[in-house]
Amino acid sequence: MVEKHTIIITVTNSPGVLARISGLLFQRGYNIESAIGAPTEDPDIYKVILVVQESDEHIEQIVKQLNKLIGTIRVVDISHKDNYIVREYIILKLEVQQKNRTDLLELARHFNAHAIDIETDHIIMELSGNPRKIDRFIELVRPFGIKEYVRSGEFAMSEYQKSKKGEKNGD
Amino acid sequence: MKGAEIVIDALKKEGVNTVFGYPGGVMIPIFDVLYSTPEIRFLLTRHEQGAVHAADGYARSTGKVGVCMVTSGPGATNTITGIATAKMDSIPLVILSGQVHTNSIGTDAFQETDMVGLTRSICKHNYLIKDVNDLAKTIKEAFYIARSGRPGPVSIDLPVNVLNSKVKNYVYPENIHLPGYKPVIQGNPMQIEKLARAIERAKKPLLYTGGGIISSGATEVLHGLLDKTQIPIVVTLMGLGSIPYDHPCFLGMPGMHGTIAANKALTECDLLIAVGVRFDDRVTGPLHTFAQQATIAHIDIDAAEIGKNVKTHLPIVGDAAHVLTELTERVKPRLKDAWNDRTEYWKEKFPTRYEQKDQGTVIPQYVIDALNQVIDPEAIVVTDVGQHQMWTALYHHFRKPRHFLSSGGLGTMGFGLPAAMGAALGNPDKQVVCITGDGGLQMNIQELATCAINRFPVKIIVINNAYLGMVRQWQDLFWNKKYSQVCLKRGPDCPQECRGLDEHCPPDYIPDFVKVAEANSVKGLRAAKPGEVLPTLKKGLQHTGPVLMEFLVSREENVYPMVSAGKPLTDILTGEE
Ligand SMILES: Cc1ncc(C[n+]2csc(CCOP(=O)(O)OP(=O)(O)O)c2C)c(N)n1
Repeated sequence: MVEKHTIIITVTNSPGVLARISGLLFQRGYNIESAIGAPTEDPDIYKVILVVQESDEHIEQIVKQLNKLIGTIRVVDISHKDNYIVREYIILKLEVQQKNRTDLLELARHFNAHAIDIETDHIIMELSGNPRKIDRFIELVRPFGIKEYVRSGEFAMSEYQKSKKGEKNGD
Repeated sequence: MKGAEIVIDALKKEGVNTVFGYPGGVMIPIFDVLYSTPEIRFLLTRHEQGAVHAADGYARSTGKVGVCMVTSGPGATNTITGIATAKMDSIPLVILSGQVHTNSIGTDAFQETDMVGLTRSICKHNYLIKDVNDLAKTIKEAFYIARSGRPGPVSIDLPVNVLNSKVKNYVYPENIHLPGYKPVIQGNPMQIEKLARAIERAKKPLLYTGGGIISSGATEVLHGLLDKTQIPIVVTLMGLGSIPYDHPCFLGMPGMHGTIAANKALTECDLLIAVGVRFDDRVTGPLHTFAQQATIAHIDIDAAEIGKNVKTHLPIVGDAAHVLTELTERVKPRLKDAWNDRTEYWKEKFPTRYEQKDQGTVIPQYVIDALNQVIDPEAIVVTDVGQHQMWTALYHHFRKPRHFLSSGGLGTMGFGLPAAMGAALGNPDKQVVCITGDGGLQMNIQELATCAINRFPVKIIVINNAYLGMVRQWQDLFWNKKYSQVCLKRGPDCPQECRGLDEHCPPDYIPDFVKVAEANSVKGLRAAKPGEVLPTLKKGLQHTGPVLMEFLVSREENVYPMVSAGKPLTDILTGEE
């Protein structure tokens, strides 16, 4: 079954890790929906969070191949785990007329989205939350007119800190 | 100590006494140190591709890490095919390439190429060293990664200023810190126990083994397992030599050009014990038709291989030698039974055969078979890629691991001669025979000079059909004999559309391989009649220096048996009416 998987990869921080990871997926013909890479609390450790849409067998291969990269410490597919906090961030530029501005702001308030910039013909908003909430917000504001948006891609963290350095294939 | 000196010292500490390569501007600092390092033998090839294949042949035949040293830019790009070849066959190499000054990286400087980017998908790991202080640690890691776990090539890119910079207190590190890299060696005992029980229950067990047996040094263990269980066995191209050709359990090589017995056994078995193999499509045919009756157990050191192509019922991650040792202890002795009889019957009923007439043209299979009569049983046999490679796989009498070298996964034409040269360097006491095609030999023919100058007594057998034979075979069988761009005699007077030989074919063979050999101070011999084959082989093998023996063979011979691409292993063409 093809579905969206979020995969957290913990790697040693070395030049080009993101290229190594994205290159590996690309080379084997897998599509990356989003990828975020950033340093962590430990300067030697870097985390990459990928969202890929693939079948279960492909996901198994992806996880194994990622594990095989020399710098990889740990790879976890968190798609069916509930002990992870998953977040995404979005900035939207929305067309808005005088007459429906209050409706939009009301909707935004409900979602905890913030207006960053309000002009006569558009509003720029930001919102963070779990990706489903972001999807929903996009759907609801679509009728107002979306000029542009940028999503960060998913990032995630386990609720209890139990990952140890130096262990692969965890969970 | 200077970076360049550190590189050489590190090589010595890693036990390297042989390096293959080609110099260039940014690498002069290292070559300058090599100049007065008699402990390291540097083999100057005539092309960087030759250097990598030679290092590869050295590694395959000795079990050591092959080391290669080239300059930046074109030197680096010339190594690509060699690196990819080694990666596909899991051969341990360390490739040291020069790079422009770190300040110039990214500016399209003279002879700058992005070696890390180029090699990312074709090596096990790679490095660009930007700080001389990382040099020793990186080389240590590179050797460890290349030879441990599933072996493979590792590339290190060395900017010229790193080679010229100094380190105050240089010590070669003792330890390696790679937190994520821990190859699994021991297999899970419960899984091994399960496999032992499965073998007892199976009515038609079959071993399917490959290059992993050779790289893990599991040959003897495997023989022990066979002694105890008599399980019939098929061995892939990469594993040939791990079982002697005349072993009673051995059914031959499986797959597209496999023996009928091997392919029938794969189709009928009810327990398939795959060890150190990767279910290559050239072996399996369409996956949904492969070993359908069988429970599949897969032993491999690379977890990513398990389940990659075929659904595995009993996965065991671990080193083949370790897992098979434990399996042999746990398994109950098994006697030959009806299944063994059946496989032996196939072997007898469907032998791989050819027919050589006394008169007329030499057929290529005969040359390779005749070699068995005169070759030293301890000889290392190296092939190129094509029909001659498959005939060698089918007819040569393999006896020992690391004595048959061939490019399996990538199928690289041009591999043969340089790999044979590397094997000769690594095994000065052994006869080294290179069986090659007229096409493949010309892809790295410049290495004849390297052989002659260094007195590597490589015995080259050229199976000359004046065709790119393997491709012609496909055009013959599946493309209505439209021989498009496969004839090595084709000239301006040939008809646009050619479907094979006729009286108008140009008579000359170009080049004249005997003359090419002689021009390179390699002894040249030629045989064109069946009666000349054995005497030529004898004479060539007896000669003390390098020899090129050219055999002009019947031009349109095909390799059989053959399973067409995309067809199941039951669909076998035999070439007989
Ligand atoms: C570098 C490279 N280019 C092309 C091929 C495709 N190819 C596979 S076999 C073959 C023909 C080889 O001809 P030859 O060396 O004369 O050997 P033969 O098949 O006639 O024994 C070709 C062109 C290849 N394997 N490698």
